[in-house]
Amino acid sequence: MNWNEIIGIVIIGVGVAFDFFGCLGLIRFPDVYNRLQAGTKCVTFGTCGILFGIFIMKGFTVLGVKALLGIPFVLLTSPVGAHALARGAHIFGVKLWDKSVVDHYKKDRGDKPRL
Amino acid sequence: MAIFTIYFFVLIICCFLCLIRAWLGKTIPDRMVAIDIMGTLAVGMTALYALITKLDYLIDVALAWIFLSFIGTLALAKYLAHKTLDE
Repeated sequence: MNWNEIIGIVIIGVGVAFDFFGCLGLIRFPDVYNRLQAGTKCVTFGTCGILFGIFIMKGFTVLGVKALLGIPFVLLTSPVGAHALARGAHIFGVKLWDKSVVDHYKKDRGDKPRL
Repeated sequence: MAIFTIYFFVLIICCFLCLIRAWLGKTIPDRMVAIDIMGTLAVGMTALYALITKLDYLIDVALAWIFLSFIGTLALAKYLAHKTLDE
């Protein structure tokens, strides 16, 4: 077993662990915004870790380069989708958690009716 | 190798956690978040499956799945914000 396979297995393991903790946060957190924050950040980094580990293992082959190409795609699309979903949830009227302390977006939108 | 099988089963457990959230979720955005995260997990699972089985073309499925999940999430978010899909 070469060194790049060992490093790749370790990086894929870190990515899978981030995926698992993100999904655990998706279960445990109290609010849709908290769940979005936990799930999207952790799962995005975890999937990028899996793809980068595949690139480390395979090097510049077809599989490795395409996995490396997938990293910027995930990093660009997943936060944009999460932001749109959070904005949609806020406009839809989902209440924040009881212990939340600040809501800047509500102050910025003012008392305008729904778009 | 056996370690990749263990990784794959951990990812399947993650998908079941997302399904539990989509089942229990009180509001509509909770379910949408769960489905969005399941799409991102499926990209990692497909890439890992391409690595395990040495079928290189499956990584193309993962690359397509990223954009499919993104477009689906944007459509659902637009439905949430505006309550219509036409505009």
